Amino acid sequence: MNRALRPLVATTAIFALAYIAAIIQFPAMLSTRVLGNFLTDNAFLGIAAVGMTFVIISGGIDLSVGAVIGFTTVLNAVLIMWLGLHPLLAFAISLGVAAAFGAVMGAAIHYLKVPSFIVTLAGMFLARGGASVLSPDSIGIKHELYTTISKSYILLPGGGRLTVIGMIMLVVFVLGMILAHRTRFGSYVYALGGSEVSAGLMGVPVARTTILIYTLSGFLAGLAGIVFSLYTSAGYSLSALGVELDAIAAVVIGGTLLTGGYGFVAGTFIGVMLQGLVQTYIVFDGSLSSWWTKIVIGGLLFLFILLQRLVFSAASPRRKVFWKT
Amino acid sequence: MKRIDWRGALLRPQFAALAAVLLINWLLFPGFFDITLQDGRLFGSVIDVLNRGAPVAILAIGMTAVIATKGVDLSVGAVMAIAGAVAAVLVTGGASAIFAVAAALLVGLLCGLWNGILVTYLEIQPIIATLVLMVAGRGLAQLVTEGSIVTFSDPVLIFIGTGSLFGMPMPIVIAAVLALVATLIVRKTALGLLIEAVGVNRSAARFAGISSGLLLLVVYTFAGFCAATAGLIVAGDIRGADANNAGLWLELDAILAVVIGGTSLLGGRFSIPMSVVGALIIQAMNTGILISGFSPEFNLVVKSGVIILILVLQAPMVSQWLRARTVERKAQ
Repeated sequence: MNRALRPLVATTAIFALAYIAAIIQFPAMLSTRVLGNFLTDNAFLGIAAVGMTFVIISGGIDLSVGAVIGFTTVLNAVLIMWLGLHPLLAFAISLGVAAAFGAVMGAAIHYLKVPSFIVTLAGMFLARGGASVLSPDSIGIKHELYTTISKSYILLPGGGRLTVIGMIMLVVFVLGMILAHRTRFGSYVYALGGSEVSAGLMGVPVARTTILIYTLSGFLAGLAGIVFSLYTSAGYSLSALGVELDAIAAVVIGGTLLTGGYGFVAGTFIGVMLQGLVQTYIVFDGSLSSWWTKIVIGGLLFLFILLQRLVFSAASPRRKVFWKT
Repeated sequence: MKRIDWRGALLRPQFAALAAVLLINWLLFPGFFDITLQDGRLFGSVIDVLNRGAPVAILAIGMTAVIATKGVDLSVGAVMAIAGAVAAVLVTGGASAIFAVAAALLVGLLCGLWNGILVTYLEIQPIIATLVLMVAGRGLAQLVTEGSIVTFSDPVLIFIGTGSLFGMPMPIVIAAVLALVATLIVRKTALGLLIEAVGVNRSAARFAGISSGLLLLVVYTFAGFCAATAGLIVAGDIRGADANNAGLWLELDAILAVVIGGTSLLGGRFSIPMSVVGALIIQAMNTGILISGFSPEFNLVVKSGVIILILVLQAPMVSQWLRARTVERKAQ
């Protein structure tokens, strides 16, 4: 077996074991209904996590995704309900704004030589604040397109529903995998995460790639915002609070190395599903309170970081990287 | 002994920024600098800025030390919630207030120690190591309070949040004492130098004979202690422990305060008093936005504007350009 795939296998094995354990306790969890809901309920998280995967592989971090999701839901609602635009046009505008927002952050990270952490923190404040300035209150979205989309689904054998937003997430994951592993941009991202200096010397266009990575992350956060507004039929400035942390957790649990240069988009998918599993288990159990989700996710995060540490300190000479710009 | 250059220190851009923000507040609200003495306690907008800014200032003291070692502590907000929850639950359970405060501070120390162990012995990047506690910490706090907001009426705990000593509100007194003690410890002993050495280059510091592991452990534990102190103040202020909202996003404010204070996120040179000034600038802006009638959310936009301004000013590209311009001017 390729040893580079070990963390991915470990994550998948843990997910499978956890799912089997959950099924033994609650046989009803083995149904396409539950699986369909996994996809629908975590669609926005999954889409944002794909963008986060690229950012983290490149050695950076994007704290603004949750805020961009919130901003996009509000922008969508304002464009559709107040300005009366067609939702498709509103989607295009929102995606453009979110992508441009990411591009500006990428440019700031590259040209101002500041850690991505602090630039995206500023982005987070700006997007959250901007959303509240647009509308501090929740705006309900009523449009035929919204009802049509939320009503249409593919019926899976066993009564499960594969909704449109679940499908969007799956498509994003497939495209993300192709982008990461089969394109030149993908190899640039990995090279950048390995070492920015060597990547530059090898001829990787560092400036363009950095800007594109954050543009991609912003674009996907915007898409996640649209999915979120479809999911809730509303725009609210405080929606998706703290989703950046869930996305980072999903990426890490999926086996991506936080120092950059190594990781899988497919692993992130398992990471998102594992978080969905924890939430669903807690709902099924009924006696456990919702705050256990946070504790279990924190515990899993710790476990996987520890695992990475052990696998990589055995496999390679020790690297000391604390901050990546 | 080195004389402190007071004039140079007071001319720093941070003081100019604080003065500018206070001046704008004064223009918006002419009574801004009025201070009255009522029931043996000082009241006024300036006192309010100091009082409200105290928790972030306390967090910033611990955060400064952590950032000086090239790290960051994202868990301080969650630790605040845990400490507040522990104190509130113990007090409502009949324990004495002193015991509850001691237990809360101990929990804060333990949380900091946990972060320190992850960073030092498992060699996990600080941002990720502390992320674990940031995610799990709020859950733990809710576990302690069993999901409800635990209210208390214990006079000692309330005194920490709302009492006053010599006319000064307690949070200000605590923050000032902590800042003074921390500054004296790092500047009157070699500790500050050692922290800077570890921040600049950990391997080099180790080869120079500094036990960098122990130092990092102490620094993260101290940050946990500061967070627990801030947590006690916030809990005392609202007379209850709110596991969901106590200290929410304050870690970001604390990091911002440190960055405004001029400590580089890349480690090395640091200044605790300047971080406290940074915290006061943030709070003065908050208060200014509130009294000028904007919605509190507008705050976030202003804050991000300030971060962007600082980043641009600190960027190597801009400083090179400025230097080139001054050289040109001198040549003419």
